[in-house]
Amino acid sequence: MSAPTLDRPAAGTPDEAALQAQFDATIAAGHRIEPRDWMPEGYRKTLIRQIAQHAHSEIIGMQPEGDWLLAAPSLRRKAILLAKVQDEAGHGMYLYSAAETLGADRADLTDKLIERRQKYSSIFNYPTLTYADVGVIGWLVDGAAICNQVPLCRSSYGPYARAMIRICKEESFHQRQGYELLMTMMRGTPEQRAMVQDAVDRWWWPSLMMFGPPDDDSPNSAQSMAWGIKRHSNDELRQRFVDMTVPQAEALGVTLPDPDLAWDEAAGHWRSGAIDWDEFKRVVSGSGPMNDVRIARRRAARDDNAWVTEAANAYATKHSAEHGGRAA
Amino acid sequence: MAHEETVYDALANAADDHGHWAFGTGFDDPLAGVDTTVPEGVDPADLGTYCLMLGDDALVLAQRLTQWVTASPELEEEVAVANVALDLLGQARLLLARAGSTGVLGRSRSQATDSIPDEDALAYFRDPDEFRNTGLVEAPGGDFGRTVVRLLVASTVRLALFARLRGSRDPVLAAIAAKGVHELTYHRDHAARWVLRLGDGTAESHRRAQEGVDAVWPLLADVLTPTDVEQRLVDAGVAVDPAGLREEVEGVLTTVLERATLTVPAWPAATAPRGRSGQHGPELAELVAEMQSLARQHPAATW
Repeated sequence: MSAPTLDRPAAGTPDEAALQAQFDATIAAGHRIEPRDWMPEGYRKTLIRQIAQHAHSEIIGMQPEGDWLLAAPSLRRKAILLAKVQDEAGHGMYLYSAAETLGADRADLTDKLIERRQKYSSIFNYPTLTYADVGVIGWLVDGAAICNQVPLCRSSYGPYARAMIRICKEESFHQRQGYELLMTMMRGTPEQRAMVQDAVDRWWWPSLMMFGPPDDDSPNSAQSMAWGIKRHSNDELRQRFVDMTVPQAEALGVTLPDPDLAWDEAAGHWRSGAIDWDEFKRVVSGSGPMNDVRIARRRAARDDNAWVTEAANAYATKHSAEHGGRAA
Repeated sequence: MAHEETVYDALANAADDHGHWAFGTGFDDPLAGVDTTVPEGVDPADLGTYCLMLGDDALVLAQRLTQWVTASPELEEEVAVANVALDLLGQARLLLARAGSTGVLGRSRSQATDSIPDEDALAYFRDPDEFRNTGLVEAPGGDFGRTVVRLLVASTVRLALFARLRGSRDPVLAAIAAKGVHELTYHRDHAARWVLRLGDGTAESHRRAQEGVDAVWPLLADVLTPTDVEQRLVDAGVAVDPAGLREEVEGVLTTVLERATLTVPAWPAATAPRGRSGQHGPELAELVAEMQSLARQHPAATW
């Protein structure tokens, strides 16, 4: 990451204390921080990490569903899936742009992803084995993403909040498309119904893990909440997702693979069984079934086409010089 | 706060499906509400076959371009290549649905269940030798250089054809062409910009772009000779004579290639149409097999 170029006084000076006070007041008032505003270095770094991780997730997330583009079973489904994967590329672009307003550089962030120095959502390290997976990713994975992301439309950082508003609108449409595919398959042949149940069995627990570790094991959460970067705790969002999804599963006619799932009358919530956090840690740390494949494909897109990028740069330099412009 | 609540409300009312895509595409019933009567004096079988020719070109090229999704040089290009593929897929759906409406479904209709729409019966339940696309679109894409050269050539040919097809006596074809012209103008422009950058970029990109040109050029031989079906429809005022496209196509391609500092190869000698007659290479069989694998594995399923 290139160093932020904004001028700022040396740490600990009275000026910085005044700037910090102004920043704190802006956050406390629920107003947004904009790229030209002063911000603490920790805030900037945390945001870059979070936004980059989100951007990487959109780009890596194109792959599991993209694997079905060539074999989608109807032209209508092929068009829906292609438009969805295209949207994900667009989301990646908005998010990398938001990170660039903080002084990050897209090519550098991509290098960090490929070198595994930055993470992406570990949900995308599972394979898509049947076409029902496409529907379940829309329903559960996009559904979980929406629960995580809707509160970020109120993030304290302006460019991120604005990107999230657009992304959430599109994600909610993807979720409905996924659910509609599953509804259609459940009305189809016995084999199709079995495919849907099998996909739900495989994706349910990884979807719950998308909200991150439990609150008592989430070290960065408190600071992010104080900064207005995070609005709800991991467990709160996970609970919201479970409550939203259980009735949808009933309407669909599938069984969620959790024998301990039960309605808590007193609390008014569905309570799920224990999550296998050891598996979560294994997949996050790179040992999921598809980690190597996902990164290898991203690396190939960069390296195999490096000559294209070089050509585009050379052409731009040549032609801006011709027109009297400054060479890049 | 208000926005957050609105999004959750929308999710809770999933049946009320008024959402839209970022890039705006309608997905259902390509020819819903359209009068598909075949014009007087036109053989429906000829019209259907012609729609297959134009539809298969779009479907096969869309499939080739889709191979670049998650493999493109830049995110902007992921979006662009998906956009072009999506446009072509839309054209293929309209044309295959139009073909279906003329009764040329034949064997493919009897192999697919009744609930499968005509466009899918034709895309998924024909064998490779029943496809009517030209050799220009079925050849493997190669590297990014060859891919954009092929896209330039294919979209130049198709744009020239569609611009004339707007005057077809078949109002459905004329409408499909009128919509397609806008899309193809963008495709040709996008491809031309890349050919300029690659041809006039680095020594390496120039070499690769020239290799792409040299590999794609001979494929033009399969594009501009009419079949008997096309000839009859040209006489009936329905189809466009591909032989009449050469001047425009050669002019556009020469202009772009020269500006890109690339060498324009000699125009290939015309051959009897191969792809339009169902003669294809093994690459098409592979492409079709992959596209159809899931649909054929579950012939009774609806998706």
